[in-house]
Amino acid sequence: MPVRTPEPLRTDEPLVRMRGVTKRFGGFTAVDHADLDVHAGEVHVVAGENGAGKSTLMKTLAGVHALDSGRILLDGAAVSIPDTATARRHGIAMVHQELTLAPTLSVAENIVLGREHRTRTGLFARARARDEAARVLATLGARFSVDAEVGELSTGEQQLVEIGRAVAEGARVLIFDEPTAALSAREAAALLDLVESLRASGIAVLYITHRMEEIQRLADRVTVMRDGRVVASLRREEATPEAIVTRMVGRPIGALYRRARPRPRDQVRLRVTGLTDGGYVRPASFEVRAGEVLGIAGIVGAGRSELVRLIFGADAAASGSVAVDGRRVAVRRPADAIAHGIALVPESRKDQGLFLDLSIAENIALAGLTRRPPRMLRPGRLRAAAGPLVARLGIRCRSVDQPVGRLSGGNQQKTVLAKWLSLDPKVLILDEPTRGVDIGAKADIYALIDDIAAQGVAIVLVSSELPEVLGLSDRVLVMREGHIVAELSGDLLKEDIVMQYATGADTAPGRPAA
Amino acid sequence: MNASRGDNAMETRMKTPTDTPMETPGETGAATAEGADAPRPGTRRRRPPLGSQRFGLAIAFLLLVAVFAAVSPEFRTLGNFFDVTRQVAVTAILAAGATLVILTGGIDLSVGSLVGLTALVSVAASAHGLPPVVALLLAVAAGAFVGLVNGALIARAGLSAFVVTLAALTWLRGVVYVGTSGGAVFTKDAWFAFFGQGAVAGVPMPALITLAVFAGCGLLLRRSVFGRHVVAVGANAEAARLTGVSVPRVLTRVYVISGVCAGIAGVIVGARLQSAVPDLGGGYELQAIAAVVLGGTSLSGGRGGIGGTLLGAMLIAVLVNGMTLLNVSSYYQLIIQGAVIVAAIALDRLRLRDGR
Repeated sequence: MPVRTPEPLRTDEPLVRMRGVTKRFGGFTAVDHADLDVHAGEVHVVAGENGAGKSTLMKTLAGVHALDSGRILLDGAAVSIPDTATARRHGIAMVHQELTLAPTLSVAENIVLGREHRTRTGLFARARARDEAARVLATLGARFSVDAEVGELSTGEQQLVEIGRAVAEGARVLIFDEPTAALSAREAAALLDLVESLRASGIAVLYITHRMEEIQRLADRVTVMRDGRVVASLRREEATPEAIVTRMVGRPIGALYRRARPRPRDQVRLRVTGLTDGGYVRPASFEVRAGEVLGIAGIVGAGRSELVRLIFGADAAASGSVAVDGRRVAVRRPADAIAHGIALVPESRKDQGLFLDLSIAENIALAGLTRRPPRMLRPGRLRAAAGPLVARLGIRCRSVDQPVGRLSGGNQQKTVLAKWLSLDPKVLILDEPTRGVDIGAKADIYALIDDIAAQGVAIVLVSSELPEVLGLSDRVLVMREGHIVAELSGDLLKEDIVMQYATGADTAPGRPAA
Repeated sequence: MNASRGDNAMETRMKTPTDTPMETPGETGAATAEGADAPRPGTRRRRPPLGSQRFGLAIAFLLLVAVFAAVSPEFRTLGNFFDVTRQVAVTAILAAGATLVILTGGIDLSVGSLVGLTALVSVAASAHGLPPVVALLLAVAAGAFVGLVNGALIARAGLSAFVVTLAALTWLRGVVYVGTSGGAVFTKDAWFAFFGQGAVAGVPMPALITLAVFAGCGLLLRRSVFGRHVVAVGANAEAARLTGVSVPRVLTRVYVISGVCAGIAGVIVGARLQSAVPDLGGGYELQAIAAVVLGGTSLSGGRGGIGGTLLGAMLIAVLVNGMTLLNVSSYYQLIIQGAVIVAAIALDRLRLRDGR
């Protein structure tokens, strides 16, 4: 299929009108009577916090979710979009956060996937697919071969393949779901250029983001969503960061980072010396005192998670040592770390932290069972042990027998914390402890971190949310490209200073780490 | 410039302290999408090209042939080569169908019992005086029908392939027992026997049929649109679905193809024996899967090919043939066979790790 030349721009008449769109999941209304208009040749940003319903609304347009009520009009005519194939026939394509490519197929095969042409003998028209892919990718400025295997490409390149597929199909409406979230800075910049050129070619672009710079640069119109509803639709000139944030949040920001704990004690609980994986993570040395929260900041890919995984023995260290309470401990596997009082709440609770089908009580008991295996499991005893922790952490559940998978993200995360607290750790490593957690649970988790530190636990906090790192930590290490590049405390705990180190603009004050 | 670019990257993952996802039990999927672990920029999943794996397998195969040829004069004869092809035919044909199934990430455990059934169908048809071609078509139709049932249960009803085909392994065997009343069924039709015992220009029929099946499956897999969809479904079924590929249709078809292959294999077995016995074909499904895996097709789907499968099947057949000629006890042969499969796959793993 050739690249379709867009219709002449008619900015007065919207290309897509969504009216009263509602989407429920079970008893939960993800999108509630949302209205949205998109014109050809404009970038319409959909902003809102996590869980505000942005992606869900867009997915009803892209045919991923069938809507429960409401109407979608395309060129003024009501259309039904029950599945993605229908959406694509209408010229509506979505570039998902999790790319929808077949990693073992080639670039060209992915671009024509689902609408392949056949040769006269009925076989796959490979040459035609390659030609088409090459033509489209050239217009997008891609520099990889159409024969490359998609799984071998970088994330940004894979995204180009996905965009190329939409363009090749002749998409008139292109939906991006936080497209720069997974990209490197250079790839992100290139993507923004590309979005602008897609707009210039007359494509209606819907762009989900909560990044202000992208909104400022791209948006012709901004629709702000909150709690499943559209709360504002702003023209470019109205869409100041203040106006957007106020509507996104819709409520005052409370004192999230209350500090009730005393100053850290002098006793060093965790000492890390020259710890490295022999590759990306450069030899790292630092110490954490009892009652101290040490933040580790840095951009995605700086090696933060990799470093803390070495401390816990989740990955093997090539050299270096870890000492707890002044005694050197050999950590070859997580069981060693646990035996020495080191706990890690991993980055991804669903993949690494929990057994979703097991009950809350079983999940909490699990870490303890590996350390003190009883001869027989007594469900009553597991329940009794879980009870106080569930109460202390404020895990909201009907009973401790409930499967963890049924809990909300915040309560799941509290269950992971409860599991480790049941072991009375000396060192608690938290890797992105509030990712995908709602604001109420966040406040609880922050208070809990403060409380745990107050009891003399040394806490290492890895987080990509800078306000969180700065709000909770006594000291902050900044990592960049596998190195610890700075150690900041006191007055130097400022966002701009951390960012300068994290990004490599090394003119900031502070003590560069050895 | 550097700083602002970096800021971008930083900002990407920096959220306001007031992030308010509404986490609800029913919405876990949406929550994952929002806060998902993004692939790290710049990292690439390294996978070795498939060709190198088949290359290693080909070397192993040639080595094995060279060793047997050196120590056994009997092994070196053309007649023995044709013996090997006759022995390999049934496993190889089943493995061809299994390759397609496994590429989608599925599994078909029913083909052994299905060979028993289709052999019975063809022999019985022949015994009732039907022409050989009709017997063949009936057997293939029976195989296709069972494949369709399996495929529909897996693709449309969403049942697990392992469970559906494991159940089929059992119920099909029951059907065979019912059909044979527990005894053997015979045919005297010499033309029917030709499928299993005959030869064209000196080349045994089973070998010719095997070649035809592999040529067909290879063409289907490598050159047809359907073949692209098979790989796409195995590599990322959700991506395939969102791209407009009809995943249930692709899945149904691979099980039908697997059934058709079982039908063809059943005819060869029936024609070779000119009879069908109740326990015919038992365990064939595992031999077929072993050949596929040995050939480098990933059990998790999305990666592999039909050429490797043929090599894998040949390797096992040559191993068995050579050991038999060298008078290795058939008990030990089984042990060695198992060890070779594990060794081949372990070696492959090691090689990949070094290659990183």
